[in-house]
Amino acid sequence: MADTHAETVLFVRDTMLPQKEPPLSTVGPLGWARGNLFSGWLNSIITIVAFLFVVNLIAHLLPWFISGTWNANSLTDCRDMMAAAGREQGGACWGVIRERWPQLMFGFYPSELYWRPVLVLVLLFVALAPILFADRTPTKMLGFTMLFPFIGAWLLWGGTIWNPITALLGFVIGYFVFTFLSRVVNAGISLFLAAIAAFVWWSVLSGYVVSGLSAIAPLAIHSVQSREFGGFLLSITIGVTAIMFSLPIGILLALGRRSDLPLVKALCVGFIEFIRGVPLITLLFVASTLLNIFLPPGTNFDIILRVMIMTTLFASAYMAEVVRGGLAALGKGQYEGADSLGLDYWQAQRLIVMPQALKISIPGIVSTFIGVFKDTTLVSIISMFDPLGLANAIRADANWNGIYWELFIFIGAVFFIFCFSMSRYSMYLERKLQTGHR
Amino acid sequence: MSDTAFDTTPVIAPSALKVSDEVAIEISNMNKWYGSFHVLRDIDLTVHRGERIVIAGPSGSGKSTMIRCINRLEEHQSGKIIVDGTELTSDLKNIDKIRSEVGMCFQHFNLFPHLTILENCTLAPIWVRKTPKKEAVETAMHFLEKVKIPDQANKYPGQLSGGQQQRVAIARSLCMKPRIMLFDEPTSALDPEMIKEVLDTMIELAQEGMTMICVTHEMGFARQVANRVIFMDQGQIVEQNEPEEFFNNPRSERTKLFLSQILGH
Amino acid sequence: MTTFTDPPAESFKLSMLVYDTRYRSITFQILALVAVLLLFGWLTMNTAQNLNDLGKEPSFGFLGESAGYDINQRLIDYSSQSTHLRAAFVGLLNTLLVAAMGCATATVIGVIVGVLRLSGNWLVARLMTVYVEIFRNVPVLMWIVLCMAILIEAMPAPSAFRGDNPDATMKLFDTIAITNRGVYIPEPLFSRSLGNLHIGTAFDISINLLAILFVLGVSLWIARDITRRANAKQEATGLRPRTWHTRLAVIVLPTAILLAFLGFHLGYPELKGFNFAGGTYMRNSLIALWLALSLYTAAFIAEIVRAGILAISTGQTEAAAALGLRGNRIMSLVVLPQAMRVIIPPLISQYLNLTKNSSLAIAVGYMDITGTLMGITLNQTGRELETVLLGMLVYLTISLIISGVMNWYNNRVKLVER
Ligand SMILES: Nc1ncnc2c1ncn2[C@@H]1O[C@H](COP(=O)(O)OP(=O)(O)OP(=O)(O)O)[C@@H](O)[C@H]1O
Ligand SMILES: [Mg+2]
Repeated sequence: MADTHAETVLFVRDTMLPQKEPPLSTVGPLGWARGNLFSGWLNSIITIVAFLFVVNLIAHLLPWFISGTWNANSLTDCRDMMAAAGREQGGACWGVIRERWPQLMFGFYPSELYWRPVLVLVLLFVALAPILFADRTPTKMLGFTMLFPFIGAWLLWGGTIWNPITALLGFVIGYFVFTFLSRVVNAGISLFLAAIAAFVWWSVLSGYVVSGLSAIAPLAIHSVQSREFGGFLLSITIGVTAIMFSLPIGILLALGRRSDLPLVKALCVGFIEFIRGVPLITLLFVASTLLNIFLPPGTNFDIILRVMIMTTLFASAYMAEVVRGGLAALGKGQYEGADSLGLDYWQAQRLIVMPQALKISIPGIVSTFIGVFKDTTLVSIISMFDPLGLANAIRADANWNGIYWELFIFIGAVFFIFCFSMSRYSMYLERKLQTGHR
Repeated sequence: MSDTAFDTTPVIAPSALKVSDEVAIEISNMNKWYGSFHVLRDIDLTVHRGERIVIAGPSGSGKSTMIRCINRLEEHQSGKIIVDGTELTSDLKNIDKIRSEVGMCFQHFNLFPHLTILENCTLAPIWVRKTPKKEAVETAMHFLEKVKIPDQANKYPGQLSGGQQQRVAIARSLCMKPRIMLFDEPTSALDPEMIKEVLDTMIELAQEGMTMICVTHEMGFARQVANRVIFMDQGQIVEQNEPEEFFNNPRSERTKLFLSQILGH
Repeated sequence: MTTFTDPPAESFKLSMLVYDTRYRSITFQILALVAVLLLFGWLTMNTAQNLNDLGKEPSFGFLGESAGYDINQRLIDYSSQSTHLRAAFVGLLNTLLVAAMGCATATVIGVIVGVLRLSGNWLVARLMTVYVEIFRNVPVLMWIVLCMAILIEAMPAPSAFRGDNPDATMKLFDTIAITNRGVYIPEPLFSRSLGNLHIGTAFDISINLLAILFVLGVSLWIARDITRRANAKQEATGLRPRTWHTRLAVIVLPTAILLAFLGFHLGYPELKGFNFAGGTYMRNSLIALWLALSLYTAAFIAEIVRAGILAISTGQTEAAAALGLRGNRIMSLVVLPQAMRVIIPPLISQYLNLTKNSSLAIAVGYMDITGTLMGITLNQTGRELETVLLGMLVYLTISLIISGVMNWYNNRVKLVER
């Protein structure tokens, strides 16, 4: 029985079958459309409705967009132009953008000095290059990245060159104190003392040094007041500062939150939860009305600076939570491994933990960046002239009273370009880091 | 490979367990494409009730795709698949009927992590078979005992070892009282020790006369249990034979090459 | 006598404060404490000095004074004679109102968009992606201001509704009027009132409302009981009785009967003179804020929902299908319970964000807690410190409550792993 069965079972293929073309209905554009657009009658109806919607939208928007009113100088002017051209449905009045775009970009920054913010923007990209494309730029350029904040601030606000130089000197002093002390005592303490040294330099000594040096060598460029800043210049200045400083502060806060020292931990948790629990606008109210009450009588420092500080603190708290998520994703093994090699706390963090944790948190970090950049628009509420503040001002102008789509489309588009490219970049980075480590 | 872990004498004498003439699964001239990639080419296969079939073949040869077609986890584009006299078409009633007749075990177990072991096992009987809960629990405990882990019933899948999880997955399928069982590399995600646990369970199942189709590279298991071994390559059945003949006297070159690689001589 | 001797008593050295693990942490904490105390001391001293110079003693007495300004959108009685405290409370209710409305619509839109993004229909999936990207990459404040601008500039004035051949007409069978001053919707009215319940002297609550809530609560409880019974029946016999129609009847009928008894009817807005009268008046500011917050947050929620569904491996669906479960059962028994764990925590933090973003109301003049307490009250009383701190405290409380709920949920549904 078994034998006969085996004979019925035996099968050997002598010639292998070649690949055949799939049935036509499943491949090619037709197959794709059948699979993705018209699978089943419900899907087909939905596709048709969606298609009609898109066509309808484009049919309405396109003529509106290309209305040919680029040269209009006011809303009535623009309406006259369209009436003359026989356009019944009306259209966009892009004249407002042509007339106001320098303002939307630079606010009230003196127009003969526009080259300075533009140069800063270019330098910003140069400074970012070693961070964004770390594998394709020489590491030496990081030196320039370090210098950029000082150069950028000097170019934007102008004034004597000794200001940024003494500010930079503070860091140099701090650095030397740190390297010197860290040979003697623990890194944490030397960092603390270095910070104190730098602080003393900035708050006490640098003022005299600057006035002394300016008297000897008056190297200065035309200085620009903070209230002259506006438009995207203001948003980007505040945004970039907050982004730049929130990452390191956020990392420290995250480490503090995971610290074994209950007091440090409690302080960090309190700070983070407080900042995350209140809306940014209340912090901006603090910046605009309360900060002067908290500081010694007579101090009255720049409103942009105050807003920058508050935005940075705000961003740091969110950043801390993102970094904490990354830290939590690392196993205990990594810490134990570092300990077993005899690395001290700061070395372990710098060499082992942070590189991994930050890599995991890239999406979160970038979306915090995007959030901060979008949130800079809130300064319009405390009467600063960021693009939205300017839009309100322009809409209140007699010439352009009643215009809104054009302005908001323009502003929205600029924000969209910035934010969207940031999020795409983070995806690119994520992919690159993933494949780089397999 | 781990065929050394086994005594390779057949545990089921071919005569002891008679394969009936009743046809359980009939696949004829079945073709399947992924996009324009021809995964399964002219598959013809008839499985009788009580047969224990092992499918082997190199990675990417379409073994998983084929058995997933049998309970319509994948759709085939041409040809016929008839399970227990019901043809698989896009008719949902037929699909439901066949799925409740055919049990399946996956390489990665696919237990539901939010349900306890017991709930995993009673879910389908309660909602598909409309069994009263008490009865479903009794059945579940019966099969959990059979796979030797009744004491884990109230734990969650995340708390079990891989071998235990796979045995739960087998018990979960058995709770539906299927007439046919499909296994897709049930042991390839497991350690050698756990492999034995799971294979023992499967052998026991075979001895009870379950119709089984099993994708596996456990050649010891194939010799011991199967009454037919099918070798697939490039989406087609290249050779099939009784296990003894298949291993000792492979006919096609492709099979010889594969066996020499997998058995390491 | 023990065989162990005490470790030799070390003499204490100053360096041990830093290098000995026993003292090290204490040293650092004391240092940190001192630094923080110094900072706070310095800030408090400055504040005291500054306030003294300005002649403003910190005090919350102003809260009891009469506010002297009007709030046009409110849920409870308020007049310009009411106190600043009551104004703040009206503001708080307005915050909660727009937050609740926003969360509800954002969830609905977000879930729909998120699910459609995963749709097999390529065109629909693409359209939803465009929606999500546009809304989340542009500041929410711009959406708020834009919505407000559209409502004010593009909607017809009430006068356009007048005449025999008006330029504008009311929507939805003449029940809703959308004008450039706001939206008028039908208002619920009762011809029979059960009177009001007085809580102290500050608040009146209509007993009608309480009665309806009570009946609805009881109905829901009964409906749950019906479900429980259905579960029990299924456990006993394996067959699950159809319950949705009885449940629906239990929920709807008693309430409907009560409403009929109370003489429930809708008061429709009507054009009277130059403006609409009757109906519930929703100001443009509320509508704009609500719309913008919902659409903006929905884009984030859509991403959360999508990620949540994608997080459930196809293996889970396949295993359920192989067991013979059907599409909607796979969804309700296997996919959703797991997806919910992934979705709910970030969803709740989106609710929190929406609530905090509602403070942008001030940009369109909606009188929420920011607009009342930290806006007009601040300007009128000059009490920056007290009002801003109080406002922060309110938001902080709301946030802590929401995150408390989230932690409770997280702990409840945590997956058991070994
Ligand atoms: N969803 C899919 N889309 C496109 N191609 C697929 C898909 N699933 C499988 N394939 C391809 O079909 C072929 C057969 O896959 P299948 O999983 O059946 O192989 P297999 O024989 O089970 O291999 P293994 O032993 O590695 O599990 C492979 O080449 C695979 O790349
Ligand atoms: Mg496979």
